[in-house]
Amino acid sequence: MTQSAKQFFDEMQGYGGNVRAIYQAYNRWLSDVPTQQLAAKRAEAEVLFRRVGITFNVYGEEDGAERLIPFDVIPRMISASEWAHLAKGAVQRVRALNMFLHDIYHEQEIIKAGIVPNSILSNSQYRPEMVGVNVPNQVYAHVAGIDLVRTSESQFYVLEDNLRTPSGVSYMLEDRKMMMRLFPDLFKKYPIAPVEHYPHVLLNNLRSVAQTGVTDPTVVLLSPGAYNSAYFEHAFLAQQMGIELVEGQDLFVRNNAVYMRTTQGPQRVDVIYRRIDDDFLDPLVFKPDSLLGVPGLLSVYRNGGVTLANAVGTGVADDKATYVYVPEMIKFYLGESPILQNVPTYQLSKEDDLAYVLDHLPELVVKEVQGSGGYGMLVGPTASKQEIEEFRLRIVSKPANYIAQPTLALSTCPTLVDQGIAPRHVDLRPFVLSGKTVSVVPGGLSRVALKEGSLVVNSSQGGGTKDTWVLERDDVCVETSQSQMAAQQTTQEAVIC
Amino acid sequence: MLSRTADHLYWMARYIERTENVARVLDVTYNMSLLPSDSSNEEELWDTVLEIAGIRDIYDKTYKELNAANVIKHLVMDSSNPSSIYSSLRSARENARAVRVAMTTETWENMNTLWLEFGQYIKQDLTQTGLSEFCEWVKSRSHLFRGVCFGTMLRDEAFSFVRLGTFMERADNTARLLDVKYEFLIPMQEANDGAVDYYEWSAVLRSVSAFQAYQKVYRDAIEPMKVSELLILREDMPRSLHACYAEIMPILRQVAGSRQTEAERLAGQMHARLHYGRMLDILKDGVHHFLDEFILANRKLGEEIQRNFLSATA
Repeated sequence: MTQSAKQFFDEMQGYGGNVRAIYQAYNRWLSDVPTQQLAAKRAEAEVLFRRVGITFNVYGEEDGAERLIPFDVIPRMISASEWAHLAKGAVQRVRALNMFLHDIYHEQEIIKAGIVPNSILSNSQYRPEMVGVNVPNQVYAHVAGIDLVRTSESQFYVLEDNLRTPSGVSYMLEDRKMMMRLFPDLFKKYPIAPVEHYPHVLLNNLRSVAQTGVTDPTVVLLSPGAYNSAYFEHAFLAQQMGIELVEGQDLFVRNNAVYMRTTQGPQRVDVIYRRIDDDFLDPLVFKPDSLLGVPGLLSVYRNGGVTLANAVGTGVADDKATYVYVPEMIKFYLGESPILQNVPTYQLSKEDDLAYVLDHLPELVVKEVQGSGGYGMLVGPTASKQEIEEFRLRIVSKPANYIAQPTLALSTCPTLVDQGIAPRHVDLRPFVLSGKTVSVVPGGLSRVALKEGSLVVNSSQGGGTKDTWVLERDDVCVETSQSQMAAQQTTQEAVIC
Repeated sequence: MLSRTADHLYWMARYIERTENVARVLDVTYNMSLLPSDSSNEEELWDTVLEIAGIRDIYDKTYKELNAANVIKHLVMDSSNPSSIYSSLRSARENARAVRVAMTTETWENMNTLWLEFGQYIKQDLTQTGLSEFCEWVKSRSHLFRGVCFGTMLRDEAFSFVRLGTFMERADNTARLLDVKYEFLIPMQEANDGAVDYYEWSAVLRSVSAFQAYQKVYRDAIEPMKVSELLILREDMPRSLHACYAEIMPILRQVAGSRQTEAERLAGQMHARLHYGRMLDILKDGVHHFLDEFILANRKLGEEIQRNFLSATA
């Protein structure tokens, strides 16, 4: 075992002793497969992904080259019991976050109770336009991506909540489709929970949050357009749900309603699954130069003429400055203790925390509160002295803009890299869907940091994806094949001798 | 269906059809240029290619000399020429990408593969070798495109607008081809004491895959009037103007539904002329006159389609 595998918990090897129960059958299979064959499968996957056009960061290049997010052929597995725990925790969290969003734009009980400070109202993600606005079913975050990391056999942490326009679910679905195509035999052996019904659940939820009185709501997906890096996902989901994929220019507002321009004339729209940030939704209210949005949309929305999913103003709940209060929110709104834990977090707006963090920068991860995508972040243990000092200046000039967390020993998962199969750090983003009920499809986006030792899994920073196998039962995993039993007997005999 | 979606589908199909037509003309012209002839003749030959594509002006801005290599370069890979195969394929693919949801997965993957395969030709010098093979490839990809649409798409509006794009573009191309060649060949014929240039006219037929059809229908020597009749009036000739309008008419009636649109009226008017017209009548004012009128009317119809369906305003 390499040193890193001992230092970090590995999804397959644990701490380097025996292969973990859920991976045993897979490990036997894997040891029979030559690495070249895996590499060939990966190459095949790349060709297929290109053909389907699952590409991002497009154009500007004469030969039309488009990039693929690297796909790894070795799955990340989660046992049935682990998943039951994670799913329950993620659902609990999203329920509380939805209640928080309703509260913060209405009575603000949580501030009155002294649990969340008043300063949250001056967070740039707090939208005064949403105060007093009632949204159907009081659902704000219809789609939430909860980023989870694991640091030991039993310890998972929530790294962050994504409540604005979380993306990545198309990779959960396409990676699965690819794995079933590349390794059909493995799907016969393993009771892998299916994920293909995700778009169905999403559409049902979106239909369920139409305004009262609408019996057959028209749902559309609003995308910034073909040049957006997540366009593939927008197109994919719209197609899977059988709804129109619209852009701002396709919609217009008239008489307190939203319509789309069709070949047969204007058609009323009831629910907009929008994949455009708040700032670009309506040039009359937010960024005036936005060409992506629909003038007048927010006014219709506030008057209940259309439903937006996710709601406007959810950013205040997934901001890193708000994150620290989520465990308290769960207790406050649900009267339950949190199932999933937060990463211990230092708030640099507090003097004691700031002093500690400045003394321990080389050990910590420092993040900008409104940052995303792995930018504006310091990973102490891998940063150079100069980078640390530069970051120190930024922190000191605006401490409230930052939070810090201990560097987590993110679990690793075997991954096919140039040198063969090696452990690489992974995280997991399950997607929690809220409509009439809150649910989560058994699976998620597993991101993997392909660079050795790297802890940053974002695709913009060289991360890749893996299929996530949530097992439906755990018992099958100990089942051994004939040859394996024979091998064990031989070993036993050898020991006896 | 969203107007923008219809617009993308319509233009995707038009660009594919345009690509095919450029490839057809290039291929046939290239083969013609291999026949023994004096060099002035060859220059005129390549000139007609530019005329058919309607890009003489753009060409003159870029190139000083009129020769095969330049014309091929300009029409295949030149990104500054909006009618080049490169530009058309790129536009077709971009239109497809914008509305991939509206077509079947197979249709989209087919379009995407087309673009990816095209990549392998980009670095080749087609003025030296491989032009015929390339043109064959373009044609077969275009056939494949129509086939995958026909074989996999629901017969809904999306399908209608794809088909509409194909036939609007094809009608324009056939008319231009015939018009330019007619203008070019008839004076030659007169100068030649009425002798018909068999190779030239058979090239015209070949560039619209009509050579065998001509022989089957007329069982006769190639005559310009009969070629014109075949490409204008014969409904059973799939690239004729009549055949195109026989497709366009019912599509427009269908997508208009109960509405009365100017597009449908214009299409019906032209269809009637083609359906009930006789070659004798066309010859009264001349083939050139007729084709000029047709090209203008077809363009007008395109504008109405745009106005009535594709950029529908509130």
